[in-house]
Amino acid sequence: MAFRALTKGLFGLRHSRGVTVKYSCDGHFATAASIQSPQPQTDDVKEKILQLPLKSPDYFRVSELFSLKDLFNARVHLGHKQGCRHRLMEPYLYGCRLDQDIIDLDQTMEHLQLALNFTAHIAYRGGVILFVSRRRQFCHLVETTAKECGEYAHTRYWQGGLLTNANIQYSPGVRLPDLIVFLSTLNNVFQQHVALRDAAKMNIPTVGVVDSNCNPSLVTYPIPGNDDTPVAVELYCRLFKMTINRAKDKRRQMELLHGLFTPTPSSS
Amino acid sequence: MLIVCMSSALHRKNLAAAGPEQFTAEFVKKQIDEFEVGKRHLANMMGEDPENFSQEDIDRSIAYLFPSGLFEKKARPLMKHPDEIFPKQRAVQWGADGRPFHFLFYTGKQSYYFLMHELYGKLLNVEKHQDRLRAKGLFSSDANSMSLGMSRWFTKEELEVSLVETISTHDYTHFVQLMERLLSMPYCSLEQQFILQYRRQLEAQSMHQIVQPLQQDEKGVAYSSAEGLRKTSRSSVVLRDCGSGRVTVNGQDCHHYFSVLQDREQLMFPLQFMGVLGRFDLKCTVSGGGRSSQAGALRLAISRALLSFLSEKEGEAMRQAGLLTPDPRVRERKKPGQEGARRKYTWKKR
Repeated sequence: MAFRALTKGLFGLRHSRGVTVKYSCDGHFATAASIQSPQPQTDDVKEKILQLPLKSPDYFRVSELFSLKDLFNARVHLGHKQGCRHRLMEPYLYGCRLDQDIIDLDQTMEHLQLALNFTAHIAYRGGVILFVSRRRQFCHLVETTAKECGEYAHTRYWQGGLLTNANIQYSPGVRLPDLIVFLSTLNNVFQQHVALRDAAKMNIPTVGVVDSNCNPSLVTYPIPGNDDTPVAVELYCRLFKMTINRAKDKRRQMELLHGLFTPTPSSS
Repeated sequence: MLIVCMSSALHRKNLAAAGPEQFTAEFVKKQIDEFEVGKRHLANMMGEDPENFSQEDIDRSIAYLFPSGLFEKKARPLMKHPDEIFPKQRAVQWGADGRPFHFLFYTGKQSYYFLMHELYGKLLNVEKHQDRLRAKGLFSSDANSMSLGMSRWFTKEELEVSLVETISTHDYTHFVQLMERLLSMPYCSLEQQFILQYRRQLEAQSMHQIVQPLQQDEKGVAYSSAEGLRKTSRSSVVLRDCGSGRVTVNGQDCHHYFSVLQDREQLMFPLQFMGVLGRFDLKCTVSGGGRSSQAGALRLAISRALLSFLSEKEGEAMRQAGLLTPDPRVRERKKPGQEGARRKYTWKKR
């Protein structure tokens, strides 16, 4: 079953915002003592900023961003043919019409709300979000979405050790993504994308749009829905972009607010 | 009580696997400062102006102060700007909080994929423009296609240098294919500047013979001059349209200078081929080489000078005869372990 890495993920992020800058990747610590980020707020103000969104179930009001009608118009409910159906997707299906699987939009609504809420929290805490999709039609769209959010994208050939062998693939001391969002969980050969398995190995939570031929078991926050139609993918990109921007704006707002009303500390 | 034994084999580092040596930005900056200071010292040493001391002056001074007889130019003492010596390296890719700067950082090849992303964006832009024109009814398929002139795409090496990262041949072919696709669209001139960024101008290699212009001296006699070479000989010839067939070589009569008939035949061959034997007066100067190569150099010079007096067709005939081709053969060096350039020492079976 899907492992909800919510608390663990947030716990890890909180410590990455400490005064001395430390990153843990595979137990590899690098203290950058010479780099001092200016910290006008004291630690308990910080705690308040981070704890406040956790008090309400939908702090960022992500459920306002979409409705069932929007999902229906974007053809999110259309799955693949009956023969392509994955056994583990059966709970998410509403039924089958003329051999084509129909995805239950009520369940999609709940899952989408949970996923967007989670993404918003991660973005609020300044986490690194990586958009992954191996569909060539939507490669440009996904990359533009990521650029506009200020997050990262990888819609190209996935080299083997990008997550598991990060210190050699990139430079030592690299920071791995805190969340991976899959706009399509399959690669071009209709096999599960390697990044799903690697993210699970590296304890990175995943959000993924799972179609009726995908395996939802490794995805932390699956979103049962169509990943083939351009309208549907555009809808997802728009929703993710709006949530992330909303969360980041909220964060900036909170920092300004607390920056105005807390007395500046004598020694930082 | 656990006793751990570490063998020295575990401590041995695979130095080759670390890759090419990485130079930090501070180190390179220090080298640049030292270079500037050293340049001023050198200028003072040579008694020249420290402000306007160019790279050529530096090379000249170093060659003067440290004369070296080494054949390999790269092994000689060198003083160049550190940016040319130390290979360009990637700066640190992420900020203080660990977030990478580039949005495609996690792909591994960020510059290359960014280029492909931009290229595809330009393609979509052009398509959108075309659709808009089609909607207005102003679309024409042979409208302003780009004029490329004599240019070629960047080679793989040049692309790697411009992106500061390595790409595979597969990636390079993809890039070229996408560029070609962009070029094939009728309204690609929208993105002309972007496309031209990745094209290199070819040097215009004209296959045409450069015909020397015909000049007139005081008496109104037409003359033309040309130069020729063969092996180590260099010659220069002035062809005058006097009407006599006199030939002067280095101030002497050609029968004095070239006692052998073969050499005189070489001189006369171009004129005889064109049938203008008695028409021209030759004044030649030649230096270097031996008897035969001097004759060959003169022959080439005469043929070139003759071109200005003749028509296109006759010039073409001369070219076909091989009179205008400089002979590229030079003396091949002797190799060690052999008696000459090709001759080996006598092989003894036992």
